[in-house]
Amino acid sequence: VAVAAGPDDERDLLARLRAGDAGAFRDVVRHHHPAMVRVAEGYVRSRAVAEEVVQDTWLAVVRGLDGFEGRASLRTWIFTILVRQAQARGGREQRTEPSADPTGEAALGATPSVPPSRFTGPPGHGAWAQPVARWHDDPAVAQESAEALEAVAATLRQMPLQRRQVMVLRDLEGWTSQEVCDVLGISEGNQRVLLHRARVQVRAGLEARGWGS
Amino acid sequence: VRLRRRPLACQEVVELVTDYLEGALPRGLARAVERHLAGCPNCRAFVEQVRAAIRLARALPPEEVGDDVLDALTRAFEEYHDGGGDPPRAAP
Repeated sequence: VAVAAGPDDERDLLARLRAGDAGAFRDVVRHHHPAMVRVAEGYVRSRAVAEEVVQDTWLAVVRGLDGFEGRASLRTWIFTILVRQAQARGGREQRTEPSADPTGEAALGATPSVPPSRFTGPPGHGAWAQPVARWHDDPAVAQESAEALEAVAATLRQMPLQRRQVMVLRDLEGWTSQEVCDVLGISEGNQRVLLHRARVQVRAGLEARGWGS
Repeated sequence: VRLRRRPLACQEVVELVTDYLEGALPRGLARAVERHLAGCPNCRAFVEQVRAAIRLARALPPEEVGDDVLDALTRAFEEYHDGGGDPPRAAP
């Protein structure tokens, strides 16, 4: 469900929010809150803290709406506030807690996303050791069954947080790479590395279910 | 001058899939990926499976926001608007 499909819708939505339309506000919260929690989780140590950061962000949004100039989209503005708050919070906690996440994985572009054991031949230049099973033709996958969706959701729950941030925004929320890079403060290249590793991990999670075999 | 790239190996192709799907590869390299895919059913299956992963991720049902959270935030929104952020509504 798109909260604001185009610029006109966005202007209209903004006008309703500024006029105090609580229904419009609830729609915006419903639409963005879950993805915001997942993004915040990339910076803080627990889901509970992420929820707090997101709630604080909504309060900052409410107070800031009149000053929002509309240079960025509303969602970019909201998520930029979120990331700033989550980073500030994460930084505070890292002084008292052992480092929660940092996988630092954006730097790992050189690490293979598919295990080398799947290939035969010269290292880095191998061919598939076994044929790749055609499980993507299985009706459960092709028709987006509840079971296939749950397999994807399960992989996302266990995914390293940085790559999950990127996949949530790109593939679940349908953001552009530019928006994701702006909000998360990462380069296009790192964004693609993280997205690739996330997608390949989801693919591996589906493969592990052994569809059709 | 057209440089013919050496053929890519499967293990190289799988690492280029997202860059390829995003249209982020230089033209020569994108062509090399296409040439490899044309002759490699295994890598074609891999690409189809990455596409399936994307499609399924896009189809995930949205998570729900708890009513308690939604209500608390709505109250904060209403209080802000009733409490002076806005000029009072004109009396009829």
